[in-house]
Amino acid sequence: MADMVTLKIDQQIVTVPAGTLIVNAARKAGINIPVFCYHPKMEPVGMCRMCLVEVGYPQRDRVTGELVKNEDGTTKISFAPKLETGCTTPVVEGMEVRTTTEKSNEGRKAILEFILTSHPLDCPICDKGGECALQDLTMLHGPGKSRFIYDDKKLFAKHVPLGEMILLDRERCIQCGLCVRFQHEVVDDPVLHFYQRGRSLEIRTYSEPGFDSIFSGNTTDICPVGALTTVDFHFAARPWEMERDPSICAHCAVGCNLIYNIRREAKSGGKTVIKRAMPRQNEFVNELWLCDKGRLGYHYVAAAERLTQPLLRKDEKLVPVSWEEAYQRVEDKLRAEQVRLVTLAGGRLTNEDLFNFHQLNQSQNGKAVLYSQMAGGDLTAQIGLGKGSNFSDMGKGTAILVVASDLHEEAPLWWLRVKQAAQRGAILIVANARPTRLDKFANHVLRYEYGQEAATINALLDGKGKDEFTQAAKAFSEAENGLVIYGSDGLGLNGSEQLVKACAKLLVERGYYGKPNNGLLAVWDKPNIQGAWDMGFHPDRNLKGTLREADVAMIAAADPAGDNPILAQALEETDFVIVFEMFMTETAKMADVVFPVQAQIEREGTYTSGERRVQRFDIVLPHIEGPKSDYQIAAQLGRLMGLSTEDRSPVLVMNKINEKVKGYQEITYSRLAERAEQWPLISRADSYYAGTGYENEYGVGIQISSSADRGEELSLGTLILVEPQEEVATGIKVVPVTALYDRGQLIQPSQILAKRLTPQVLLMHPVLSKKYQLQDGDQIKVKVAGNEIVSGVKLDADVPQDVALVARSNGFPISSPVFVQIQRLVPEPEA
Amino acid sequence: MKSVRSMVLVSSDPVSMERGAAQVYENLKTEIETLGLSDEISLSMIGDVGRHDALPFVIIYPEATIYGPVKPENAQYLVEEHLYKGRVVPELQASHKELTGKIAWVNARKGTLPAEQRIVLQRVGIIDPENIEEYIINDGYQALGKVLSEMSPRDVIEEVKSSGLRGRGGAGFPTGLKWGFVSGTPAKKKYVICNGDESEPGTFKDRLILEGDPHSIIEAMSIAAYAVGANEGFIYIRGEYLLAQERLKKAIKQAYDYGILGEKIFGSDFNFDIHVHSGAGAYICGEETALIESIEGKRGEPRARPPYPTTHGLWGKPTLVNNVETLANIPAILRNGGKWYRSFGTPSSPGTKVYTILGNVNVTGLIEVPMGITLREVIAIYAKGMKRDVSFKVAQTGGSSGSIIPASLQDTPMDFDSFQNAGVSLGSGALLICDENTCVLDLAKVLQNFFKKESCGKCNPCRIGNERAYQILENISQGTGTMQDLDDLAMISKNLFELSNCGLGQTAGSPIRDILNHYRAEVEAHIRLKVCPSGVCPMSGKRL
Repeated sequence: MADMVTLKIDQQIVTVPAGTLIVNAARKAGINIPVFCYHPKMEPVGMCRMCLVEVGYPQRDRVTGELVKNEDGTTKISFAPKLETGCTTPVVEGMEVRTTTEKSNEGRKAILEFILTSHPLDCPICDKGGECALQDLTMLHGPGKSRFIYDDKKLFAKHVPLGEMILLDRERCIQCGLCVRFQHEVVDDPVLHFYQRGRSLEIRTYSEPGFDSIFSGNTTDICPVGALTTVDFHFAARPWEMERDPSICAHCAVGCNLIYNIRREAKSGGKTVIKRAMPRQNEFVNELWLCDKGRLGYHYVAAAERLTQPLLRKDEKLVPVSWEEAYQRVEDKLRAEQVRLVTLAGGRLTNEDLFNFHQLNQSQNGKAVLYSQMAGGDLTAQIGLGKGSNFSDMGKGTAILVVASDLHEEAPLWWLRVKQAAQRGAILIVANARPTRLDKFANHVLRYEYGQEAATINALLDGKGKDEFTQAAKAFSEAENGLVIYGSDGLGLNGSEQLVKACAKLLVERGYYGKPNNGLLAVWDKPNIQGAWDMGFHPDRNLKGTLREADVAMIAAADPAGDNPILAQALEETDFVIVFEMFMTETAKMADVVFPVQAQIEREGTYTSGERRVQRFDIVLPHIEGPKSDYQIAAQLGRLMGLSTEDRSPVLVMNKINEKVKGYQEITYSRLAERAEQWPLISRADSYYAGTGYENEYGVGIQISSSADRGEELSLGTLILVEPQEEVATGIKVVPVTALYDRGQLIQPSQILAKRLTPQVLLMHPVLSKKYQLQDGDQIKVKVAGNEIVSGVKLDADVPQDVALVARSNGFPISSPVFVQIQRLVPEPEA
Repeated sequence: MKSVRSMVLVSSDPVSMERGAAQVYENLKTEIETLGLSDEISLSMIGDVGRHDALPFVIIYPEATIYGPVKPENAQYLVEEHLYKGRVVPELQASHKELTGKIAWVNARKGTLPAEQRIVLQRVGIIDPENIEEYIINDGYQALGKVLSEMSPRDVIEEVKSSGLRGRGGAGFPTGLKWGFVSGTPAKKKYVICNGDESEPGTFKDRLILEGDPHSIIEAMSIAAYAVGANEGFIYIRGEYLLAQERLKKAIKQAYDYGILGEKIFGSDFNFDIHVHSGAGAYICGEETALIESIEGKRGEPRARPPYPTTHGLWGKPTLVNNVETLANIPAILRNGGKWYRSFGTPSSPGTKVYTILGNVNVTGLIEVPMGITLREVIAIYAKGMKRDVSFKVAQTGGSSGSIIPASLQDTPMDFDSFQNAGVSLGSGALLICDENTCVLDLAKVLQNFFKKESCGKCNPCRIGNERAYQILENISQGTGTMQDLDDLAMISKNLFELSNCGLGQTAGSPIRDILNHYRAEVEAHIRLKVCPSGVCPMSGKRL
């Protein structure tokens, strides 16, 4: 526990840890010192001078060093002759701060008057109007009139694009530097800088493409004026016209808390639409930040071509039918004797959906398969991140091993938080086959060849091998807390299984499990993979065979046929396919029955994040006519089959889950809505303090305990490694990696991200390309599993020399390492 | 080192170089060789000695004759007459003959000029700055030797404290105390920085020291480093001072060659390395924390204080930052003792001060005089009176830390405390002397324009306040001012002082504060009568 100091702020006695800055100490006491350039997540700089207050220090006798007393016995306080910046001055014992004296009020007024001489009064057309720090503080502290009425406000071309996502209004900028500092200090993308000096100071971006950062949207939240806005929200709506609805980001396993601002508008034909996504504070998950994918990638919800009616295959054609008819058809099929049922579920289904599907599946002795290429959900449920873990608490004494993951692409917020833990002194070990953005912050960087992931972890366990391995092994074993984060960089399901076993073994041998800030963390590629494991779904190594042999396949939130031609072939051999979908996917096209389902934002539900935090989301937009929730349809089918599945509300499904699923005992919707005390104390009412992000009024979720936390007996299975077999194959080895901006269904509709999408290429080392006489920018024909695909070629000297890399979900049907034949396409000579 | 009968020194400051000093040097060299005098005469290029009225000049010792301006074609005649035949060439001598020789040749003629005392500039203009041997012969590195062999770091700091030396960068903070702070902060790594980013308008004293006696800075920094426990130093030199940078780099190399820098200096356990860092044209980098940021490779912007550089300086380590002139005092203090140093100047401000005189006076240039001399004395003795005998009106003491000195204060002793008591400040040591034909509003406008352009823009009051103040002054000078403007000016000046982050911003309002204090009537005349009493401002063109 840090030393506490007691001081007086505006006659109020406050006790805070030593070293707390005056602004924060005051905030804890409910006293707001206005700021522009200060942000509680960044180092103070004292630029804007808005926080000037009178500070008095206890007076000490120069000779004896003892405190000087007043006549009445109180300590004599001597006030500094000048105002001091509350944002840079730490509190000391006995200090007295006065924030509302005439002197400090005058100071504030003068600062505002100065700022306003250069700031356009275009609030009526400014996107920030209504949630603007400058506007609010001017109303609170500013002079009614300006003594400087000059014509020469700064005149610049407005709305300068800093890249295609963010616009800069140079006239409005008050040069607080928050955006520059955020990019440098917080997210390590130093692409914004100050240019020129004095009155000519302005923000410039120095990257190609402009403002090249996956966290760029956050600068629009922390900008205290309307200088930075997203192109997405530019002139889109006024803050006071919009309602707020809490939700959870569905793009990755982090589970960032957000708020969708919605409004019903004529522009959209009287429909209610989402205008923007804003971060919702959750210091256990995403703090105050969102990545740009989460912030700007919501447009899929408005995509057209939604399925609205159940479809049934009649005479080789899918035709709209009533729900009853569709149900009836499925019931008939399931009631047939000895039907082999397979339920294939995707990771964007909610816990409630998955539970109901599993109930239905189990009643028919079906096989519950998770559509995922990562293994280990059973292990994370047992020795996963201990209950009470929080990246923010990690620092000195914690060792974090990140293996086979490009966290920056796979889970941006975790990258940010791991980076910050490392900066606070945590030992960071990064093991990967290629360099990643985390290497820079790592104490130990280990390289291996693709395929050697598990062997690498084993080497860490033995502490043998190359020098850096022994050092990293030592560093990892000597820590107080240990954490292993594993991803899917270059891995398929087989490799993943080997890797996670090795990771589990390492953690168990070192005793890093069953307590907070210890354990195993999987970087799942979908928001609710952990939930799916917990509800009883597991990936299948022989999915092709399983599907082929099934009589009935129920497929929800997955498009195996669209992803992989081999699985499409397998499905052709399945007798009866039932698909639960929003869109007419390749799989839906092959189905016998298609049920239209609601989107995440049209319904309630819960996700279990990678950190095993169960979080609920609300209905954001009214659902469109027709579709139902997956859990409802599954429940209806269940009832037809004689089960008592719950179809009325997800709340009631959750009540069943907490009876039946281990670890979920304490989860109820009302408990999920409980708030927690969080620091910094942010509020939309005074957005000058920490930006326009929303305070969390809707609950921070509950991190569920692992088996180890509960002291249960573990059944980890054999953690013995199988030596990877030498694959005998010809051609070029291609491994899949994850890219943030891929061409997934959820991201393509966001036009604003179109230019940043990952190029559809094979990424290879120049040495490898030379072998095939390829050059950067060439087009090639790739033969994979009997299919031919045209792809580009991009050279990168950082990737290993013997394999080519390809991004997942990017139009390339590769989800595990595979050998392919390639052939260079020669452009036809011009006639 | 060989002995010679005569020493010929050619000025090599930027102005001289522009006017062909290099060719003069070449021609002199050829002529001396032609006449076979190479063995008995040494020829070198030297730093600026503060005479700017006759550049480029040639000084010939031991006579201490100053010739100037010397053109390349004069070289042959000069060598023939003065060096071969031994006759002074009157027609080539610099003007103001009574001054000739005295400024440069202090040691030989000590006392003939009242109050002139050179400690900082003792070797400037006398030795070849590019030759370490000449520095060593002239007592150079004696102090360092003494410090390393006889004194503990604590002794050194005590000696500096006892000298009463105060920082010459403008603020006048006691140097010994600052050294004590750095020395008292425990850390494995500490730094010493010499602030040579001299950018205050009208100030060029540091350049002359750096160009004319670079080794004195190396010696002083080494002593300082030993005293505070540092082993690495930076000399931050203003970007425009190319010659100074070149000289320093050469001097540092020589010092390494002689074992005066590097490891185990003079056989002691003391190691010290010095790097030269060039500024890039930003005035603000003269502010010590901005300077530190600049060395770290960041934008030159002042940091918030506290913490102070003495505890959290360069790369977060305790750092001693001293001005060039301050450091140049150190070797002499350590050589002769603090008591000796106290024999100059006033009790509260001991020692000497280097001033650069410029403006409407007969002789401009550089002088080093004891603290406590008055402005009247400076004008009468060193500047040889006002030009055309127009009476003295106002002086400006250089840059943001300086202030406007009205004629009424010309008998106030120029030392830190007397000036402070009078509500003005000594500044960086420039003395811009203006006569009755100067408009104080115009003067303030020039200064405010400088601050407006040089504000780094980090903090609000300075970024915007200076701009506004300049605009108001401009309006008044155009005849469109109102009486309300005076209140606004006073308010801006007050706000700049109270609300700004760094020293520059806090003092940027002093010109307007000073003219309102001392010349309010004159400013009001601009507004009420729409007349510029001095006939300078654009709106009038006529005088009262």
